[in-house]
Amino acid sequence: MCSGSTTLRATLPVSTITIERLDAAGALLLKRALRNLPPGESLMVTGDSPELAAHLAAWCRARGHCWQTSEVPHLLGSIHPGSLDQRRWQGALTTGALASGGVADRAEPRWGLAARGAHVEASAPAFHFPLSDKVMIWANEAPKLYAQAVAAQWNPDEAIDWTQPIELPEDIEAAVVQVMTYLIENENAALLVPARFLAQMHPHFREVMQLLAIQVADEARHIEVFTRRIALKGHQPALSTAGGQASLKTLLDTPDFAIALFLLSVLGEGTFVNLLNFLSAHAPDPITRQVARLAAQDEARHVAFGMAHLQYQLAQDPALRDRLANAIEQRFESLATTDGLNEEVMDALLLLAAGSWLPAALLAGQEKVMALQQDMTAGRRLRLVKLGFPEAQAARLADLHTRNFM
Amino acid sequence: MTDRNMLVMGAVAYAPKVVTIWEGFRQFFEANGLPFDFVLYSNYERQVEALFDGSIHVAWNSPLAWLRAERMGKAVGKPVSTIAMRDSDRDLTSLIVVRADADIRQIADLSGRTVAVGAVDSPQATLLPLYCLHRQGIKAGEDFAIQRHDQLGGKHGDHIGGEREAARALLAGKADAACMIAGNHLLFTNEGTLPAGSTRILAETPRYDHCNFTVAADAPPSLVARMRELLLGMSWEDPALRPLLELEGLRQWMPERVEGYRDLDAAVDVFGFYDPSGNITCVDYHY
Repeated sequence: MCSGSTTLRATLPVSTITIERLDAAGALLLKRALRNLPPGESLMVTGDSPELAAHLAAWCRARGHCWQTSEVPHLLGSIHPGSLDQRRWQGALTTGALASGGVADRAEPRWGLAARGAHVEASAPAFHFPLSDKVMIWANEAPKLYAQAVAAQWNPDEAIDWTQPIELPEDIEAAVVQVMTYLIENENAALLVPARFLAQMHPHFREVMQLLAIQVADEARHIEVFTRRIALKGHQPALSTAGGQASLKTLLDTPDFAIALFLLSVLGEGTFVNLLNFLSAHAPDPITRQVARLAAQDEARHVAFGMAHLQYQLAQDPALRDRLANAIEQRFESLATTDGLNEEVMDALLLLAAGSWLPAALLAGQEKVMALQQDMTAGRRLRLVKLGFPEAQAARLADLHTRNFM
Repeated sequence: MTDRNMLVMGAVAYAPKVVTIWEGFRQFFEANGLPFDFVLYSNYERQVEALFDGSIHVAWNSPLAWLRAERMGKAVGKPVSTIAMRDSDRDLTSLIVVRADADIRQIADLSGRTVAVGAVDSPQATLLPLYCLHRQGIKAGEDFAIQRHDQLGGKHGDHIGGEREAARALLAGKADAACMIAGNHLLFTNEGTLPAGSTRILAETPRYDHCNFTVAADAPPSLVARMRELLLGMSWEDPALRPLLELEGLRQWMPERVEGYRDLDAAVDVFGFYDPSGNITCVDYHY
């Protein structure tokens, strides 16, 4: 520390700055000049404003710089910079690098909300994100999937022609409304489950965080279009069964990210892709077919991330495979006391695939629904095999999946 | 009487951050072998009195509170001492500013005018600037009127509100001059309370010092010495301490010195704030 009562008598300024006043701009100039000062040297300050000297003294005191007033004409004084400003950044934390290759194996609590690659002041507060290990979160495909997701966003007002005339028999319209009601409660689960994990995720894993955020936005949009389809003919939503909700509740009650991703994305949303493709092919009106097609595209991306992450984590932790298998078994057990099957939904699917009450049409509808269920099971089995489950186990586990589809 | 195995310090709760600051320092002291606790007071007067009734050993005092403790200590034969202060407590100045276009060129021109000051108990925004004018021959209440901006009495001007109100009164034409610490003039200029170029500095006080740790005569000497040692050893580079130091407005604790309180001591006598024994003699002081 210096004594503020010192006055300066010598001249020969090495570095001199002239400022008009010590407002934010003046302070910025001053800080730059001090930064560029050779070590050990002082900065001479000149300026005409009568308040400058008093302001400079206060400004320097607050920053730990030494201010010496001058007796030399036209020279206000000099600043001998303290070292505290530089020392603030000693011991600063490095936080990986901006590019996806710079992701750390573990994100530190004190990195907090900083951009990946930033230098974080050592006294920054610790943030406790439960998901801070790369192995628990990451997928090498995440940057690519995020880019695809951004490019594939669609606006419900523009992507769907809501003005198309639709005149369905009342029974068939009611079946569509029932299916939409069912889709909405499933999409509610598909929105909330990743949203919960998103809030636990260290933002160091930027690409995964961004991808899950878009996934949440996708589901919000799906909820919107299914809701609009219900309201199109002035209906209210139809029935929601206890069994269906019990099945979805097991997803919300799952505390582990990998297991939740497995049950929701790989099995549930994977199965939903089949369902939405079915609706896109067989729904009785063009608007329902359109919303199902658009939603199916998004869901396929969600499945791809689930697969990519689990493949990444399984490569480092093969024991996870047993935990995943157990999770299916446990979910099956916990749902054993409910029927799991949403009869109203199955009837509605059959009816809208049939398109009429004619016996031949109903028979055809029944065959389509059976084919759908076979496709669903086959798809699940295929994905389980891709995750390294032996064929026989994959087939058994694929059959144990909830009859509620999601 | 407090436990002599633990050092108990008083601080005035002029803002919620005081709890954060002293809870943080308490943990630091405890971790470094100093049994330490703190008591918060709503005003400096009660805190100074607590130095003499055994409630506390040390007080984190305003300069005015230091002077009262010094007077009371001499009167009762229990002289107080001081152990440390902030780097930012040293060599402060206050300003008496006028509007830039005012026809007030020298201090004598304040005769017959109105000078806005801060709280009645503010050293920097009331007592010291008024004493500066007094020494130059014009007397508050006689040669010029005082317009007081009392905020949070008993906190000895720790609250910036009084100074800001005085600055606003000046700008609004309700006062002809306003008193404030130099750092706040810079702050008010930059935040727009006093637009750049709207005011002119008429006078600047001589340098003075601000807060200090005041120690009661009967405080346990070894614990006081340890506190001083730990304070002076606190490093800005310690990431656990730096946020606390920043909150308290310092970079470094400095050794004690008392010569920077001379003008305020004289001002206390001139304006009759305390008597020589430390009794409050200012009649319209409420806290």
